[in-house]
Amino acid sequence: MAAGTHGATQETAVRTNIFVRALIYAVLIVFAVYYLMPLYVMLVNSVKPLEEIRQGNMMSLPTIFTLEPWRSAWSTAQIGVQPTGLKPYFINSVLMVVPAVAISTLLGALNGYVLTKWKFRGDGIVFGLLLFACFIPFQIVLIPMARLLGLIGLAGSTPGLVLVHVVYGLGFTTLFFRNYYDAFPTELIKAAQIDGAGFFRIFWRILLPSSGPIIVVTVIWQFTNIWNDFLFGASFADFDSQPMTIALNNLVSSSTGVKEYNVHFAGAILAALPTLIVYIVSGRYFVRGLMAGAVKG
Amino acid sequence: MAFLEISNLQKRFGTVDVLKGINLAVEEGGFLVLVGPSGCGKSTLLNTIAGLESITGGEIRINGRTVNNLHPSQRDIAMVFQSYALYPNMSVGQNIAFGMEMRGVPKAERDKAVAGVAKTLQISHLLDRKPSQLSGGQRQRVAMGRALVRDPQVFLFDEPLSNLDAKLRVDMRTEIKRLHQSMKTTIVYVTHDQIEAMTLATQIAVLKDGVLQQFGTPHEIYNNPSNLFVADFMGSPAMNLIPATIEMNGGGVTVVLGRDGLAPLQLKVANDSKLSAHAGREVIFGLRPEAITDMNGADRNSARVVNADCHVEVVEPAGADTYVVTRLGGREVIGRMRSDMQVAPHSTVPFAFNMDKAVFFDPKSELRIA
Repeated sequence: MAAGTHGATQETAVRTNIFVRALIYAVLIVFAVYYLMPLYVMLVNSVKPLEEIRQGNMMSLPTIFTLEPWRSAWSTAQIGVQPTGLKPYFINSVLMVVPAVAISTLLGALNGYVLTKWKFRGDGIVFGLLLFACFIPFQIVLIPMARLLGLIGLAGSTPGLVLVHVVYGLGFTTLFFRNYYDAFPTELIKAAQIDGAGFFRIFWRILLPSSGPIIVVTVIWQFTNIWNDFLFGASFADFDSQPMTIALNNLVSSSTGVKEYNVHFAGAILAALPTLIVYIVSGRYFVRGLMAGAVKG
Repeated sequence: MAFLEISNLQKRFGTVDVLKGINLAVEEGGFLVLVGPSGCGKSTLLNTIAGLESITGGEIRINGRTVNNLHPSQRDIAMVFQSYALYPNMSVGQNIAFGMEMRGVPKAERDKAVAGVAKTLQISHLLDRKPSQLSGGQRQRVAMGRALVRDPQVFLFDEPLSNLDAKLRVDMRTEIKRLHQSMKTTIVYVTHDQIEAMTLATQIAVLKDGVLQQFGTPHEIYNNPSNLFVADFMGSPAMNLIPATIEMNGGGVTVVLGRDGLAPLQLKVANDSKLSAHAGREVIFGLRPEAITDMNGADRNSARVVNADCHVEVVEPAGADTYVVTRLGGREVIGRMRSDMQVAPHSTVPFAFNMDKAVFFDPKSELRIA
């Protein structure tokens, strides 16, 4: 009797479980479809000839498959006045993003190292001021920054954009590394000091090699923000230093000629591709690193 | 001149005095243990010797050289940390060799030194592993290897065994003692474990609130504590410290201990002018558990064993001995009897008090009287 009752209870529990599970999966699938829909539309229409899109069905699969829109977006489409495609601007973006990410990550790590392991009088205030950078809306600083870039002769150049992004990324990168290094055992620093390692040797040989997860988090964060930035690019770049985002805008919003939707879709995907790849490759670390920072910090 | 000399050392953090004028001197090859409750300043003292903390006043000399303002790497010391502090990104071999690498020792020489130390500590098979792949005991050995390979003038140990489990701790304790005996390098060792202090040290410094309470050999510290704190801190079970009065009768000095429901216990002690000066006054009478025994277990070499019947409250058999609790002067008093003594709780049995071992303290100043 007892066994029977027990069995029945268990069966009910299992059945409820299956029902709840089905519900959860259904909801998840609905949301996944909802979020993937725009990507689907972009992908499908980027490989259709323009006529097919004009016929009106955005959702249908292509009847004629073509990569011509991609080729056009990359190398021949009209951007502003030049028929160069997105290629030169893509290169501009890379030339801006790589040094900006590298420098801001390294400086953030150095700041975090000093703020946790070489404490000085007023270090809390310095950290607080650096954190302020995270809360300042970028629009506020546009005019002072333009003036500054002009004064130091970096206006309208890629190094100028790098400088702007480094300065505004420093708040976040410092925050990330400070919280990470806060949990890093100080005895290791002391041991290295006794072993005879100096300030930078400890940083290079002990601290940085142990910072894998937080470096990944910082790089993803900085890469995404700088690659996707439009405001600074539009404000401070010249024609020959404009990043991808500006070029995409110029491609899509040109007011003359036929709207080549398939080329626009292909261009938009091209612009989003690098961040997408960065996320897919290291997304796992991103979540793990953010959590680590959150719990320990 | 001593090998390691610390004179009038002071350390202040802001307005807090952490070390208040410490004076210590250790001979070459000595094993100094700094012991005390947490927050007594023993780790700070060690850090100032290492150079990881600056000092506010005083002087530290190693082998005649004042090291006050020298960088840790130039003091010719090596340190083993409580958390071992192994570099997580380097292999065991790289960990041990890191100090030499920083000093520009050629690779071949480094490898030879690492191999030698690894052999001494029996960690040769671990040299390619990362610290995260090692057990606690192995990490401890690697940490010691990193210190050994420097061949320093002074070794500093900061509670090196406190992260190990009980059995391993005893094994490593013996190992450290054996290493010290074979190398004869001067060691300064911090611990809060008074048994570690007793077993390892050639000299013990007991600290409390940044003040040196007593500095001496383990024997001196154990048998002749200079104040109540040292008497209470060293030894397990702790020394019995009982309020008592001193009386003079018939020319002899007697300690009188109050008892519930029984006549006060009177114990005769040797004539001592310091003690007789306290006649009629309250004192704290201290006697270690092993000096309170059954009659047959009493020390035969002792000149003054006093037997007295006492009421037994609790009996705690501990295998090798049996601890018997009675009540004197309103305090629980623990005696150590042989394990084959059949003692029943709530019975009255004869106790033997070895008054040769008795110590007396002033209850106000807490200092030793006799």
